[in-house]
Parts: sequence; structure tokens; C-alpha cells
Amino acid sequence: MDIRRPPPRSSSGGVEPRFRQVGFVTSSEAEPAPGPAPAASPPAPDGLSTGARSPVMIPPPLIPDHLPAPAPAPESQSFMPSSPPPASSSRLEPVSDLDDDDVDVSWARPPPPALPEPNKRDLTEAKNKDAPTSLSQKPKLSRAERRATQEAQRAAKAAGLKSTAMASDVNTKKSKQPKTAKTSLKKDVTQVNPPVASDKKASEHPPDKDRKKDGPQPRMQFDNVHRVVKAKKCSVVNQSEAQNRVELFRHLPQYAHGTQLPDLESKFFQPDLMHPSVYKVGLQYLSGNISGGNARCVAMLLAFREAINDYSTPAEKILNRDLTAKISSFVSFLIECRPLSISMGNAIRFLKNRITKLPLTLSESEAKASLQSDIDRFINEKIIVADKVIVSHAVTKIRDDDVLLTYGSPSVIEMIFDHAHEVGKRFRVVVVDSRPNLEGQGLLRRLVAKGISCTYTHINAVSYIMHEATRVFLGASSVLSNGTVYSRAGTASVAMVAHAFGVPVLVCCEAYKFHERVQLDSICSNELGDPDAISRVPGGESSSHLKNWADNENLHLLNLKYDITPSDYVSMLITDYGMLPPTSVPVIVREYRREHVWI
Amino acid sequence: MEADAAQNPNPSPVPPPISAYYQTRAEHHAVVSSDWLAHAAAAAAFPGADAAAADAAAPPPSPGVGGVIEEFNFWRRKPEAAEAVAAIMALAAVIRSSRATTMMELEIELKKASDKLKSWDATSISLSAACDLFMRFVTRTSHLEHEKFDAAKSRLIERGEKFGEISLKARKTIAMLSQDFIYDGCTVLVHGYSRVVLEVLKLAASNRKIFRVLCTEGRPDRTGLRMSNELAALSIPVKVLIDSAVAYSMDEVDMVFVGADGVVESGGIINMMGTYQIALVAHSMNKPVYVAAESYKFARLYPLDQKDMTPAHRPIDFGVPVPTGVEVETSARDYTPPQYLTLLLTDLGVLTPSVVSDELIQLYL
Repeated sequence: MDIRRPPPRSSSGGVEPRFRQVGFVTSSEAEPAPGPAPAASPPAPDGLSTGARSPVMIPPPLIPDHLPAPAPAPESQSFMPSSPPPASSSRLEPVSDLDDDDVDVSWARPPPPALPEPNKRDLTEAKNKDAPTSLSQKPKLSRAERRATQEAQRAAKAAGLKSTAMASDVNTKKSKQPKTAKTSLKKDVTQVNPPVASDKKASEHPPDKDRKKDGPQPRMQFDNVHRVVKAKKCSVVNQSEAQNRVELFRHLPQYAHGTQLPDLESKFFQPDLMHPSVYKVGLQYLSGNISGGNARCVAMLLAFREAINDYSTPAEKILNRDLTAKISSFVSFLIECRPLSISMGNAIRFLKNRITKLPLTLSESEAKASLQSDIDRFINEKIIVADKVIVSHAVTKIRDDDVLLTYGSPSVIEMIFDHAHEVGKRFRVVVVDSRPNLEGQGLLRRLVAKGISCTYTHINAVSYIMHEATRVFLGASSVLSNGTVYSRAGTASVAMVAHAFGVPVLVCCEAYKFHERVQLDSICSNELGDPDAISRVPGGESSSHLKNWADNENLHLLNLKYDITPSDYVSMLITDYGMLPPTSVPVIVREYRREHVWI
Repeated sequence: MEADAAQNPNPSPVPPPISAYYQTRAEHHAVVSSDWLAHAAAAAAFPGADAAAADAAAPPPSPGVGGVIEEFNFWRRKPEAAEAVAAIMALAAVIRSSRATTMMELEIELKKASDKLKSWDATSISLSAACDLFMRFVTRTSHLEHEKFDAAKSRLIERGEKFGEISLKARKTIAMLSQDFIYDGCTVLVHGYSRVVLEVLKLAASNRKIFRVLCTEGRPDRTGLRMSNELAALSIPVKVLIDSAVAYSMDEVDMVFVGADGVVESGGIINMMGTYQIALVAHSMNKPVYVAAESYKFARLYPLDQKDMTPAHRPIDFGVPVPTGVEVETSARDYTPPQYLTLLLTDLGVLTPSVVSDELIQLYL
């Protein structure tokens, strides 16, 4: 299984930012880069061989060949998808698709943020590097490897010294303890101030928190024990791990959902934890009260809007920097509650970009007002108006006497049906649904209440019902740049059955959900739901054969939330830019970025 | 378009309105069948009445807009002018005769004229595509804003008139580009009569390529016969097939060349009836299908299936009277989805079908 994973990883589009990371890291460390970089012949074979290795494995002896060169590690890492990066911030690790975003933001930023980087961690690192003899004594270790072992030692030490995990949280920004303004202030100082200040602190604290995002993070691999331990130490949400994990999906965050809710609710009034509106949204994600791409994204943006409204820049801080850090901490909290969707990642990227691009001349209130209006504009233009445009396009494709099949309960599809009904088209709807969420029932109830004639069935019967359908309308969580549609699990089956029956498949998706990543399978990036949700069957004791499934270690339950539909099965994408073939997604991504995000 | 159809629920007028586009084509191609004249005479009432009705309904705010149809009709009678060119000429005439004094006024006037043109013949894809393109040109050209109104106006007129040349040049470009695809000893299957395809084959013949052409008959107006006639005049070996013999002779064919009435956003084409089945047969026998089409035929349409288009009808002469109570499929064109096309040869270059949408996005977004 480990052998299987690398190719998808490397093809999942993470590669490009990582190349950028190399450039960034080497330039900021301002070191002997010229040496290893032009050695053009090594990198290629290096990349090939490491590519074949498991991404999470630490690079073994191959590196020693390069060791004589001063800084070989970043070089080899560039080709190696997910080895721990040279300077990783523990806070950002759980980021799923957001890490790319952080990259871009940090890239867009002017030089200063690079300053905090050579903090004590890098200094110690540099010290190590300066002593080539010590290096050559243990040539088997790459930099990444050394870091991993160091971290493991530290983690062990921390665990030993402080019996509770809480104690070790002191450093982290999202400290669970009622550690207060003072800590966070101090912490921020370390961010902005030159290394000397942080150096002092370095002796007393494990260095996790100082490693600010100064380069792109590879997506968190949850089968990497060290990093999981580290990430856990600083998380607000105390997630307990699900048992009996499915091998193929070990790299995804796997949590038993929902159980921490009372615990977190009790923390609501703790000061300085998180902005209350963000906290609320996080809890709503966790409990599943808010679901659906647009709803989640809007809720998040509104929470940020409120947080920005209540925000005041601490003394000796610049709003652009501090607010970005603040938003990042909100985001990582939200990620702990539930992994981000790609649309949310795009929205966050938009917001952070707006923040960093704020002119320094603006007063705080002006800056806040401008950000708030930006958020309003984003919600209005990219979500509300976009949906209206999509509806107006989609309705032209509905003829009288059509039978429209849909799967799940995408919000935009419901709007399309409503509008078509209002316009007076005569059509019938087939709602295909699936366990465990059964969201289609809600859609069904609302459609029937409006007087639309409906048929309801589960996905098991899709091949039977498909011959009645004349159009298949599907929603999407995201559309990737190879035209692949990333959507609620089961969408792919519906699209494939429709394709086999020659029924056109129309995917409706707002353009802000497009992403430049390419993904070829549903394995490398996905979200795991609560396995208990599948084991619970309605119908009382007699039918629940899976009651104590966790006790049986030969039994694994898999509740995947998303799947991907290859573009071959999609006849048309309906977006706010009109009706397009799925092959045009890259063009839209390009235009969209240029016009609206990277202004 | 479908909304329009919904608004005028014509309870199936006994003879469906005949597509003006195909009427023009038939006139250009000088194909006159025995009862075509009778049909045409019967049909002549429709578009005329339509236009008159439109005129009556919306009194022309200025002579320019009122005369756009006449102007268009004048241009489209010229055999060498493509419909799109005629539309551009008509719109340029609107500008010329316009009494507007600001750019905005002119724009509104143009919009009215182009809407009128489009609604006059909703079946013609290249007409609406050309109108859109011209509107795009007027509203999008930024440097126009900084000029004096008169200068801008004359520039627009000039551009409009250049369009005719561009159209002719486009054919030449396509012919040149496609020479790489025709090799000695190959057999080309063509369907119907297309000026672009004819230009391609003409140039290949003048380059002394040795090849053979199979022409379909091109029912109902037998445009294939005219094509074979022109090819034979160039002393290219030609064989005419009936439309139903395509699959039979596909194994001796090396490539299929077709024109297009319109190229849609998916990268598929809308073309004379029969193109789809030829493309299907060619695809299943692994023969390449090349489409020669000028870029002004790119339209922002996206049909999902054959019925998802504005229907274009034309009379069919069966030679014998159709038994009473029998319906006749009079649709004039079909939609070929992009997966059955190999390449599009356009004046923008040789494109794969998926690039069409990219070009359209760049043009219209």
C-alpha cells in the first residue's frame, strides 16, 4: 500500500508549490545554493528514485552522495512529495488544501516576513550545518530525518516531563489553558521581532511554534506518527482517533466525530481562545449542523467578517501581518473541526490576499471596513449572483416533459428546479439518495411541497431508474483543472451510469470552487466521515449487526465523503461563466485568478 | 432561444417555417429540384411576413435599424459572401446611416439591429455568431473610447468592411493549413458542399497532390453533386455515393473532410444532416474526421443532444408523393459531438475540439 501511494501523491498537484518552496528556502537561507542547484544531473535521477519511494518514508542513504554539498536536503526534498519540510509550522500542518494557499500568500508578501525565519530553530540547524564533520559522522541521516528524530525525542521528553498534554500547549497560540493576552502577545513579538528575541526563548520551549509558515507545507499525512503527535499537542479540539483505520486511507485525518462537542461547548466562554463567532462556526461544522459547500463557505466568511470587525491591532504590530496570522489560527481551528473544502480554501486565499495587499497607509478602521466590504463582495458576487447566473443558464437546458435526475441535495440544483418550475416548465424530478446522510430527503420534501412531481430512490436503484431520465444534474464540491469533478461520494457512480445510458450529465458549480490541482483518484485527497454512521442501521437492535465493530480488529469501516468523477463522464459544466466543456476549467482558473484574486 | 419558442407557442403550423439559412445556401449553390420551386414559393411568405411583422411591431427608431434586413438580404444574395459577412456588412451599414451622436447611442442602435437580424433567422448559427462578434468588437475595443466619436465611427465602418476580406482570407489560411493533412494517394470523403472544403481540395490539386475524392450525394438538395461537378472540373478523380453508402465505402477512405454551419462551445459542430452519421462511422473505423471552419462560425451554443437546437427545417423532395398520414423529418442539420471529431482546421490554426471553448472564453469573457 505504501508502494502504491507515491504516484498519486506526486500527481496530485502538490508538486508545483513545492518547487517554489525550494526557491524560497534556499534564497532565504541565502546559502551555498549555487553549488547543488546547478548540479543538474543529480536532481533528475534523484527525483525519479525518490518518487518511487513512499512519500512519508524518510529518505534513506541516497542523500549522502550529495552531503558534501552544503545544503543538499532542500534539493532532494523538492522532488520528494511529502517528507517533512525544512521549516514547518506545527500550526499549519493539519491544513489540507490550504497549504498551497499559504504558500502563495507568503510569496506575495514583501521580504520582511522572511525575517522571523532564521529563528532559533534555523539557527541550531545552521549550527549543525556549519560543522560538516559532525554531519559526515552520521551520513545516513538526511536533514529531514534528523529533524524527525529530534522531534520524536522532544515529544517524548515533553510527554515525560509534563504528564498532561495541556502543559505542552503553553507555547502554542491556541493554547487550551487560560493562558492569556500576555502569552499571545509575547508570542506575536517573537514572530515579528528579529531572531535574537526568540532565541532567548528557544532554550525553554520546544521550537514548534516558532517555525512560521515560511514555505509551503505538504499536505498533512496522518500516517506520519511524529507529525500527528506534534499536531495534536497544539490542537484545541481534542479529537480521539477512530479505531480500525482502513489501510489505504491512513494518510487522511481520522477522527471519531461529534464526541467532543460537550467538551468544546464548555470551553466557549474561555477568554482568548478563539473569536466566538469563529468558535461557533467551528462547532457547527463539527456537529454537522452546517454542511454543503456554499453554506460552509458563507458561514466561515461571515464569522471572519465579525472577527475582523472586533479586531484591533495590538501595539507594535502591523495589521497586515497580525491579521493574517490571526486568520491562519482561525483556519487551523476550523480545520480541526472539519477539513476544509476546496471552496473554503479559495475563499481564505482570497481573504488573505486582500489583507496582504492592503495599503499600509490605511487607518485601522478603514482597513477593516475595506476587508469587510471585500468579504461581502465575495459572498455576493461569487456565490449569490453566481448561483443566479448558473440557474439562468441551466434552465435553458430543461425542456418540457424532461425527467431530471439529481443526486444528494446540492443547493444550486434545488434553485434550478425551483426556477424552472416558476418559469412554468413541465418536468419531473428523480431524487437519488444514499446512506448515511440521506440529504435527498430534505430536497424531496421541499420539491414536493412546491408541487413538483418527484420520484425518490436510493443509489442502489440508479441503473434501473436511469432509463427514465433525460438529464442528470449534479452539484460539485470542486472542479479540478483536468476537468475532474470532486463531489459527494456516489456522484461518480451516477455520472457513469448516466454516461452508459447516453443521458447528458450537467455539473453545476460556481467558479470560485475551481482549483488548479489535478487529481486522478479519490484516495490521495479525501475526507473520512464517522465510521459509526455506516454501522448504525435504522430498525432497532435486530438489524444492527455491526454494533461492536470496533472490537473486531479484522473489521474496518470506511465512510468516504467524496469521490471524483473523471471528465469523460461530464457532458457540460454550468458555471457563472456560462456553459463550458470540462476541458475549459484551466482557462477559467487562469482568468479567474487574474481578474479577481490576484488583482 | 428556447425561451422564445416557449413564448410563441405555435401550435405546429402545418408546414414548419423553412430555414432562411438553407434557402440562401440552396440559392448560392444553384441547386433547383423539381418541387423546390413550389416549396420555396410557398415558403417565401413566411420570412417576409415575419420581417414585416417585426417591423410593424417595433417601429424602427431610425432608418438604419429598419433597413438592416434589406441590407443583409442584399449582401447575402452575393454568391461568394458567407452569411456572417453579410451580417457584418449590414451592421456596418447601420453604423454608416446612424444618426447617433454618442458611442452609447450607437451601441444601443446596433444592439437593436443585431437582435433583429438574429431573430429574423434564428436558424442561422453563423449569422448570430457574427452579430455577437461584431457587437463584441464594438463594445470591447477600448481604444475607441479615447477617440472622437466621428473617428471611432469611421473606424468601426472600416473594420466592418475589412471583415469581408478577412472571411475570404480565412478560407485561404485554412486551405494552406490543411495541406499537411492531404497526402499523395489518399482518399478523401466529403459531405455536402462546403466552400472551405472546396478551397482546401482546390489548393491540394494545384499543389499537384494525387488524391481521390468520394462525394456523398447530399440529399435532399444534392449539394454533393455540385461539389463533385466542381472537383471534376479541376480534374480530381471523384466518385459520388448515395448518402447511405458511407459505411459501405468507409474502408477505402483515409480521411473525412467536412465543413460546418457552426462550431459550438463543446467543440462539436452543427452541420448539414448526415455529418453526424458519417463521423460516427469514421470514428468506429478509426478514420480521422477533419472539420474546416472559419473562426467566425464559433458560436456560444452548447447543444446537449440532437434535439437541443433551434430546429431548422427545409423541404425534402422524395421524387414520389409522400403517402398521406406519414410524417417527414425535415430537419436540415445535425450536431456532431466533439469526441467524434479529430481536428478543426480554422484560421486560428489547427485546433483540437476542446480548444474551441478556450477561444470562445477569451473572446466573450
